[in-house]
Amino acid sequence: MTEYTSRNIRTWSMLGSCGAFGIAAMELPNIDDRCVVLTSDLCTYSSLDRFKTKYPDRFFNVGIAEQNMVGIAGGLAKENFIPFATTYATFAATRCADQVRVNMGYMKLGIKLVGLTAGLSVGILGATHMSVEDIAVMRAIPNIVILSPADCMESIKAVIASAEIESPVYLRLSGTMNNPIVYKEDYNFEIGKAITLREGDDVVIIATGTMVYNSCRAAELLEEKGVSCRVIDMHTIKPLDENEVQKACNAKLIVTVEEHSMIGGLGGAVAECLAGMNRHPPLLRVGLPDIFMHAGTYEHLVEKCGLCPPSISDSIFQYLQSEHCNR
Amino acid sequence: MDKNDVISRCTAAAKEMRKDALTMTLCAGNIGAHVGGGLSMVETMAVLYMGIMKYDIDIPSNELRDRFILSKGHGVLALYTALNQAGFIPKEDLWTFKMNDSYLHGHPSMNPEIGIEFSSGSLGQGLSLGVGVCLALKRKNNNTSRTFVLLGDGECDEGSVWEAAASASHYKLDNLVAIIDKNGIQYDGLTSSILSMDPLDEKWTAFGWNTFVVDGHDIPQLYDALSRQSDKPLAIIVNTIKGKGVSFMENDPKWHNSRLTKEQYDQAMKELGCNA
Repeated sequence: MTEYTSRNIRTWSMLGSCGAFGIAAMELPNIDDRCVVLTSDLCTYSSLDRFKTKYPDRFFNVGIAEQNMVGIAGGLAKENFIPFATTYATFAATRCADQVRVNMGYMKLGIKLVGLTAGLSVGILGATHMSVEDIAVMRAIPNIVILSPADCMESIKAVIASAEIESPVYLRLSGTMNNPIVYKEDYNFEIGKAITLREGDDVVIIATGTMVYNSCRAAELLEEKGVSCRVIDMHTIKPLDENEVQKACNAKLIVTVEEHSMIGGLGGAVAECLAGMNRHPPLLRVGLPDIFMHAGTYEHLVEKCGLCPPSISDSIFQYLQSEHCNR
Repeated sequence: MDKNDVISRCTAAAKEMRKDALTMTLCAGNIGAHVGGGLSMVETMAVLYMGIMKYDIDIPSNELRDRFILSKGHGVLALYTALNQAGFIPKEDLWTFKMNDSYLHGHPSMNPEIGIEFSSGSLGQGLSLGVGVCLALKRKNNNTSRTFVLLGDGECDEGSVWEAAASASHYKLDNLVAIIDKNGIQYDGLTSSILSMDPLDEKWTAFGWNTFVVDGHDIPQLYDALSRQSDKPLAIIVNTIKGKGVSFMENDPKWHNSRLTKEQYDQAMKELGCNA
């Protein structure tokens, strides 16, 4: 069984979210005998070499054919297996969007689609490999649970939790190797239930994926300026923990932070939730601009997009000074 | 049952299905129906459901059943009428086709209780599902059930069909049968003028399948082809006539999806030797 020790947590962080997926995959047959794993020519990238060796009859590498992979996973799910299928997040959400829509959405086949390198982590390969629309695409399709873990331990917990529910799941894995650690020790992960990492009254930052860590650091910087921030890890984008959004309405400002387009992602989800409420504070959405980015290293792109902790902190501080928050 | 008896049972079913399909089209009124491509596959479906496939209407999820996937989802007229022949769908329900709140949609909607294993309509997806089902059957050591996937020839334009075809032979799925209803006409006209896929049989063979070409309206030929045991995935290309059985529909692209007037219906029924 997976042991959530501090040493393991450090090792998983070094491996990054793809490596963490490979660790979690080794547990899947123990969790449920019906688990199988598919990939579209990303066996090594998904850290599945050990899985392939130990469980050759549970592993299918379908080649560079993502649409077929989702269809095959659908057939396996219909026959009562629990298929995990891996590809780059951008191809999971866009190249096979129709297969995802029909198989996972319409027919509710229990496929667990794993989107690797979501966000900007392989940004050096250019815009074709950045995945900044995947949450928007997946959110618009009914019946799909969307998980976006904050660090490598949470990625492992999300994989295991996915195996334990019947519904289709899109698992968004973001970050690079040496992923920052948000959770230094074991904790309770529950799909649909956000986690408050830090308490504060002025601002509530709702963050997801890699941006949870950056938001925690931004909150520390804001504290130095006398602004107290609550930080929430919204690891489940759908169904959104609307209770937490409701509670956040007591603050002066709600902020969403994500490594995803500002259109249709976590910010969109929270905005839609707030739109249904009588009274709510202003919402500042921090995310990627509505453009295709030039290629660049992860660190460069994160900084350029204003997603590093000082930029997040500055954006929030400036917004608090603006007329939006002082009407 | 003696083979000749099976053939006559399939023949009788096909006649009834063609008649019912036309009545369903009339019932759909101005909404119309995909009647041309439904009529082209009537004999294939009759042979599958009355002669070849194993199913259990009392326990539809019986593990030892054969699986059927209608990848060309618009061919529902032939599917629903076959399911009626098999005993899954009552006759009177056929006349609710395409009506508000009817379970008989214009494209099949997943309903395992009545033998509809998957939803379809978005072309090019059924064969991948079939590959997944066949892999699952093998992992469950079910060596008796086969999976039949019915595709249109126009549908074979979709690249995902060929991704699935390649994977089926890679995984040596001798329990998978693809049936390609080659009626030669797609929405916008002749397949040969829209996107020529000929020689279609050689393409399937090149993808590692055992391939046979038969007359899709010849029930004994269909029966023999669908009864074949194969050491590879099996592709059966059935040469058919779109709108088969109705003189004014045959080989006319405009009957891909069309409404039927009462006069046309009466004439069609007369041609089929039925009293409307």
